[in-house]
Amino acid sequence: MTGTKVITKSQSRLMSKGDRLVPIFFGVFVILFAVICLAPFILVITASLTDESTLVREGYRLFPSKWSLEAYKAIFRSNTIPQAYGVSIFVTLVGTALSMLVTAMGGYAISCKQVRYRNKIAFFFYFTMLFSGGLVPTYILITKYLQLGDSIWVYIIPALLNPWNMFMLRNFFNDIPEAFKESARIEGAHEWLIMFKVVLPLSLPALATIGLFYALGYWNAWMEAMLYISNEKLFTLQYIIMRIIRNINSATQIAGEGASSGTIVPPSYTLRLATAIVTIGPIIFLYPFLQKYFVGGLKVGGIKG
Amino acid sequence: MQDNKASAGRMPSASTLPSVSKLPGKKTGRFITEIKKNFWLYMLAVPAIIYALVFKYIPLVGVSIAFQDFNPIKGLFGSKFIGLDNFKYFFRGSQWLQITFNTLWLNVLFIVTGTIAAVGLAIILVELGKSVFVKFNQSVMIFPNFISWVVVAMFVQAFIGSDGGYINRWIEAFGGAPISFYSEPGAWPIIFIVVRIWKGAGFGAIIYMATILGIDTGMYEAARIDGASRMQAIFRITLPMLKETVILLTILGIGTIFYGDFGMIYTMVGDNSVLFPTTDVIDTYVFRSIRTSGSMGMSAAVGLYQSLIGFMLVILSNQMAKKYSPDAAIF
Repeated sequence: MTGTKVITKSQSRLMSKGDRLVPIFFGVFVILFAVICLAPFILVITASLTDESTLVREGYRLFPSKWSLEAYKAIFRSNTIPQAYGVSIFVTLVGTALSMLVTAMGGYAISCKQVRYRNKIAFFFYFTMLFSGGLVPTYILITKYLQLGDSIWVYIIPALLNPWNMFMLRNFFNDIPEAFKESARIEGAHEWLIMFKVVLPLSLPALATIGLFYALGYWNAWMEAMLYISNEKLFTLQYIIMRIIRNINSATQIAGEGASSGTIVPPSYTLRLATAIVTIGPIIFLYPFLQKYFVGGLKVGGIKG
Repeated sequence: MQDNKASAGRMPSASTLPSVSKLPGKKTGRFITEIKKNFWLYMLAVPAIIYALVFKYIPLVGVSIAFQDFNPIKGLFGSKFIGLDNFKYFFRGSQWLQITFNTLWLNVLFIVTGTIAAVGLAIILVELGKSVFVKFNQSVMIFPNFISWVVVAMFVQAFIGSDGGYINRWIEAFGGAPISFYSEPGAWPIIFIVVRIWKGAGFGAIIYMATILGIDTGMYEAARIDGASRMQAIFRITLPMLKETVILLTILGIGTIFYGDFGMIYTMVGDNSVLFPTTDVIDTYVFRSIRTSGSMGMSAAVGLYQSLIGFMLVILSNQMAKKYSPDAAIF
């Protein structure tokens, strides 16, 4: 509020010249930063499309002297990566669906005014965000007592609910006019029916937002694989990349699986990069669609300024 | 349990005769009535409650591992109780100081640089107004936020790796000697900062943009009539108006300052011990000790140390946020 008072009267004619330069300067800056954001993707994509021996000889180049699709061919001919793709897709689809169901149900229950203990239940969840037992007790619980090790569900069940998302949904539900629910209630609709047929359809932007959060979380999971999974058939794509980063031999192995007969050099370096590109493929594909919902939903649940 | 059943039996009369509610069973009676009344609503919350009980509250019992010489075969209830020995062992060494310092220092660096980058970007984007050009660039800038740290780590390796990474190619092209980043601990805080800004600034700007767009345009109008330049308007109106959001987000950031950015650090550094002096944080330390099957008891002790101080910091930062702006506090 103090801003206007502080500003002194100054020569407007002198300033207008500078004012015209400001957007140009800012525009250049924005373009530069956008290029920087995009450049790594472009550079890695071109490198992944480089011929393996050319890459080894010349290093990474924006315009390699010899292009090759061999890395991508090898990826899809190998067993490892299509399998990991399957695991990642399963975990993401099933995990997101289950997470959204559990989150929406819980969020709805604590949004209903007639539920007297809603604040107590909310605190029950809130506390889990404040204090945690740490990784070790969870690790022991999952491996020793729940026996979830080496099961695909270890990616999903321990990550089922994020209280933050639940509170975001609750806030959204709270803003839905009571009249919508009331009219359904007068007609004798069951509470569950009200939730699924009245409230959730009105909350699509918020649901899309938390759906995106969950889906990204599941798609990007690798720590679970590292801690709990030893069966290679259950590795996620992200964990495959993790192994490739740590050890070029795992890339060579995959490249060997998928290399066409008669290849002298298995495309292990290019395959590393191609795997990363293949992993972000679905995100690139869904991005424009999700961004639309995402920014709107973020405003709804975000911190007020 | 038995008490609940008993009052459940009394329940119908309790609802018809108000005098009964004065009996000792009043509280449970009211509880049962409430549950019965909104049974299906409470049922909705049950899956989430069970989840939190199993995966969040039961591990709290497991915290007792920190006071045990934990043996995986004997389990939680069979292992020997050794009091504070795990803590003593951890705090006697020098590593606790290093990982605590790294955790705090890196987070301070991230909060400061991240805020500056996000605020700067937000101001610039808003100043440019709404156009297809700005929208497109903004979309490009937000995109890296959605990429996993694993993929980012792969990119980082392609850039700074010693086997023909871009950066070293460029250094060599200009006649310099290649730097082997993966054995240069001093470089990593800077690498982290650059990568975080690359990944997060566009996304971080969204919240500040919302604040800026919420500023009364009349103020800018008045400033313009008074002859203020655009830069003056930015420094005298926009920045002061953003102060509250910045302070608030910083306070909330302080709440989690005791938790290292595990996803980023572990994917980029991994088990490369050469880099530990500047990159090893509490989270990576605990994770590593689980994987290398070190002492579970001591790992749990370190985890508890982190949880306790982290808890105090969250409460403290929330108290501060509440004092600063009553509707900003989370609880």
